[in-house]
Amino acid sequence: MKKIFQWLDERFELDALVKFMGKKYVPIHSHSVWYYFGGVSLFLFIIQVITGILLLLYYKGGEDLAFESIQFIMSKVSFGWLIRSIHSWSANLFVLSAMIHMFSVVFERAYRKPRELTWLSGMLMFFLILGFGFSGYLLPWNELAFFATKVGTDIVGVIPMIGKPIMMLLRGGEEVTGATLTRFYGIHVAILPGMFTILLGLHLLFVQRQGMSEPIEFTNTPEHERETMPFFPNFFLRDLLLWLIVLNVLAILAVFFPWELGVKADPFASAPAGIQPEWYFMFMFQTLKMIPSHVLFIDGELLGIGLFGLAGLVWTLIPFWDRKTARGEHNRFINYIAFFAICYIILLTTIGWLS
Amino acid sequence: MQENTQQKRRDFLQYILGGSFLAWLGAIIYPVLSYLKPPKQAEVEVNSVNVGKSSSIALNSGQIIKFGTKPVLLVRTAQGNFKAFSAVCTHLDCTVQYKNDLGLIWCACHNGKYDLNGRNISGPPPRPLSEYRVTLQGDDVLVSKIA
Repeated sequence: MKKIFQWLDERFELDALVKFMGKKYVPIHSHSVWYYFGGVSLFLFIIQVITGILLLLYYKGGEDLAFESIQFIMSKVSFGWLIRSIHSWSANLFVLSAMIHMFSVVFERAYRKPRELTWLSGMLMFFLILGFGFSGYLLPWNELAFFATKVGTDIVGVIPMIGKPIMMLLRGGEEVTGATLTRFYGIHVAILPGMFTILLGLHLLFVQRQGMSEPIEFTNTPEHERETMPFFPNFFLRDLLLWLIVLNVLAILAVFFPWELGVKADPFASAPAGIQPEWYFMFMFQTLKMIPSHVLFIDGELLGIGLFGLAGLVWTLIPFWDRKTARGEHNRFINYIAFFAICYIILLTTIGWLS
Repeated sequence: MQENTQQKRRDFLQYILGGSFLAWLGAIIYPVLSYLKPPKQAEVEVNSVNVGKSSSIALNSGQIIKFGTKPVLLVRTAQGNFKAFSAVCTHLDCTVQYKNDLGLIWCACHNGKYDLNGRNISGPPPRPLSEYRVTLQGDDVLVSKIA
């Protein structure tokens, strides 16, 4: 082992890399636990890539083949049910973990100068994760996915001027058909992973270059009172241990609650009663359900979509308008916004589930 | 004077270079965007569909029929009258159904409701459903577009 390392070290100067990693420190404070969610998200992305590649070996795109090929994977291929179940569960945990990571960054103000671009790359990745969820949802070509895609792409079509052409581009025509499935397949397995990998590379590069973010209170404490831990190997080993725990949770979920396939999509069937989207789109779905058809002179759907678009934009640009935090002062207003967003998501999701 | 001429030449070359770059970018983007735009496919224009025998359609029931590539909801009311509407909800494109316990047309996606004239009466749908004509030829039920 030592000889292999020496052989590589002679050629690539690995020693310098190890020394560089040893220089990175993780601040220890009462909120240190939130540092782990970035790593957990990365781990779940790796799981998604591996299980996704395995599913690709048997999945067949197309209106007449997609549902049947997933059925084949789940019933005939050895451990096919497990791979598919892990892929679906891991996708959901990935969204959850990325969401926790995002909110913790806001509460810790880790987006503040000089980490504006780290936040921006993270937010773009978060939108891509939602895109992964939305595009992957259609691939089994089942009833729920069919209507979710109809609604989701129609929402894009509501945007004035550019909405309709984008909707046509996504659907591959006027309606949700096999052409949509083919496009979503390409988006899910090629376009999104390509974009995500570039952003992930940038995000990690920024984190490496700038080091871990410190809360404002931590920065304000005298240097001799600050506690830190080397990233490598101390924090890295803790990360690995948590990844192992996540893998076990994933295995338990996949084995005891296998992901259902549902009923094959029929474009000439009515939307079934009790139809609901994935949990992470539920609050938006419920809001659209509750907004009346017209509010003053505006179409209800346009109003809802416009408000969500605006909220998403304001949220994404936090580091650029939160000047108080950039000056190193504590801005309580950000806490109120983040707290309101969490309460809104939980409340509307609960109402959606109960109704 | 000479400097001025040189500056003009430099500006001219910059315009040429910038213009060429934009033209080159356009030559790449235009075919890609055109490729992404799905081509129009010729569809057989359907003006009328024979649904079947009226005697086989139960009172107070609804069914989705294929009208070319579009779904159409055919309703037979409790009184025995036939009504047909586009089955595409005007809110967000879901496919509606007939709720026989309420005697209404209902969209399961966002709880939109329409009466039996296709009018949006509750929930988020912004417009009524477009109506189709139903005619009886003997015992046959025909659904056709209203011109």
